[in-house]
Amino acid sequence: MKIHEYQAKGLFREYGIPTPDGQAVRTADEAVAAAEAMGLPVVLKAQVHVGGRGKAGGVKVVTKQEDVGPTAEKILGLTIKDLPVRQLLVTPAADIAKEVYLSILIDRGARKAVFIGCADGGVEIEVTAKEAPEKILRLEVPAAHLATAKGLEFHNFTAKLFSHADQAAQAADIMAKMARLFVEKDCSLVEINPLIVDGKGKVVALDAKVLLDDNALFRHPELVALRDMDSEDADELNAKEEGLSFIRLDGSIGCMVNGAGLAMATMDTIKHFGGDPANFLDVGGSSNPKKVVTAFKMILKDPNVKVILINIFGGITRCDDIARGILASLEEFEVPVPIIVRLIGTNEAEGRALLEGTELISAATLEQGATKAARIGGTA
Amino acid sequence: MSILIDANTRVIVQGITGRDGSFHTEQMIQYGTKIVGGVTPGKGGQTIFDVPVFDSVKDAVAATGADVSVMYVPAKFAKAAMLTAAEAPLKMLVVITEGIPTLDVLEAYEALTAKGIRMIGPNCPGLITPGQCKVGIMPGPIHKPGRIGVISRSGTLTYEIVKELTEAGLGQSTCIGIGGDPIIGSKFVDLLPLFEKDPDTDAVVIVGEIGGQDEVVAAEYFQKHMKKRVVGFMAGLTAPPGRRMGHAGAIVGGEDDTAASKIAKLESAGIPVAKVISEVVKLIEK
Repeated sequence: MKIHEYQAKGLFREYGIPTPDGQAVRTADEAVAAAEAMGLPVVLKAQVHVGGRGKAGGVKVVTKQEDVGPTAEKILGLTIKDLPVRQLLVTPAADIAKEVYLSILIDRGARKAVFIGCADGGVEIEVTAKEAPEKILRLEVPAAHLATAKGLEFHNFTAKLFSHADQAAQAADIMAKMARLFVEKDCSLVEINPLIVDGKGKVVALDAKVLLDDNALFRHPELVALRDMDSEDADELNAKEEGLSFIRLDGSIGCMVNGAGLAMATMDTIKHFGGDPANFLDVGGSSNPKKVVTAFKMILKDPNVKVILINIFGGITRCDDIARGILASLEEFEVPVPIIVRLIGTNEAEGRALLEGTELISAATLEQGATKAARIGGTA
Repeated sequence: MSILIDANTRVIVQGITGRDGSFHTEQMIQYGTKIVGGVTPGKGGQTIFDVPVFDSVKDAVAATGADVSVMYVPAKFAKAAMLTAAEAPLKMLVVITEGIPTLDVLEAYEALTAKGIRMIGPNCPGLITPGQCKVGIMPGPIHKPGRIGVISRSGTLTYEIVKELTEAGLGQSTCIGIGGDPIIGSKFVDLLPLFEKDPDTDAVVIVGEIGGQDEVVAAEYFQKHMKKRVVGFMAGLTAPPGRRMGHAGAIVGGEDDTAASKIAKLESAGIPVAKVISEVVKLIEK
């Protein structure tokens, strides 16, 4: 789960990581009031769940009070990478004597929690990692040790980022706090870019990015509350609550599949035969007929859908339960498009028997089903 | 022969009295797996399907001589269960559970590895040596003993591919579902050497998907160290970037972890990749 910069900074404050004051606002008037209270100059920062806000004009330094309103208005009118800006962070402009990059993340390849540091801050770290990998510092920390790590352990690391011993010590202390935040809040990323030295020699997190592990949200109701409903697709969230995994796409062939890998392969196969999938939908492992009804409703909300392909490989999922779900759906509401069904595996004979006499189009294999779907659905 | 499990493997089930655990225990016993014990804290002394239940993995292993544990414990309690497995002299822990917090998996992986215990999963269907031993949740009847190894990040997609293999007369030596999470105990590259050494495996199918670099690392390993034939299938060509496609680990984060990029790298390393499932058999037979 993504959270906004102002929310990430809230977590930083909770963990004692120094970060500038700031106020999140939703209107230009609120921005004006916030700037007045803080004193100029201020920085107005768009709060959206994408990178590259600065380049898109979403981050502006304002030096005159009369410019705050119009600038805020302008940023609030932006759409950055398809996401409308609905909130701003108003924060005092900082003196920057030096900036570095610092983060902690889970490295899938190494299977480790790793600190990443780079003496060049404010840059795109992925670009540096490709073009000048020698500039990237890494430090692995055992997962069981994250909660109790002490600043002293990181002095060698931060000494490579800061030549001044006092600044290196401040940064090392910040690393210990980041490690604790990372493990206690179940983050997959805590990133400070840039971590700066201000005019007074203090090391401060000027920006903050925190990604949270969706699998761990069950033990963090306080973090679930941070979810920005404006940035989420209501249908996709709703699907998650019902135990489905659903992502809307822009094609014309609705898909209902069990298993994420097979759901992706079904989409790919549709594309291979000239069709375009309208969604990704994994009905999950257990076979509750009610899930099938919910899945139909999700798919049919999309007016572009011309045909639905149901591809089930029964394992834990029982084909007869899926068939019951299909029948219940057909009884409950009208499905205005053709349905192609491919059922195989556990209880497939029972499932097929249940569907006998209906107007469903059957397919023996995924490839046959996808070919039929592409023919009916056409290309989007 | 086979890899990792065979007719002599002695298996205990963590979470044996739970809904999923008991259902799949019965299925595994029916398949012929030697289920020698189960673990549910607080239920030691009971029996289920004539299998003795113990309070801890340590007790279960001491009493039964089990070398493999398979876990069906719900995600909320999985960390403790995985860590107790690390305290027993097991060879392998297979974690079926989906939705375990990543840092819990990481901590358990580190603890198990320190003890020399191999971890398979989490969020996986388990593994099967057809005709001998099934440790997991896959439907047994689609498999058939033979000489093809299968390693996959997926569940039902693997069943599709295995069924195609079986129908084409290509039986399997061992099929391993390694799981769809970002952190998994065994990756393609951890298992390919075992198949390369196994005298009863002729070729290996790797089934990958978007997210991470494991398929690319496997391709590099193949190029340097393998003589046996490896063919691939990659799911997610049509997956939009930045979206998590069901599996926690299936997300395109950059240019390197798309299906298209992986297919290109596999093919340039000499691993042909099937465009549709039915092509897997053709590529093996080529």
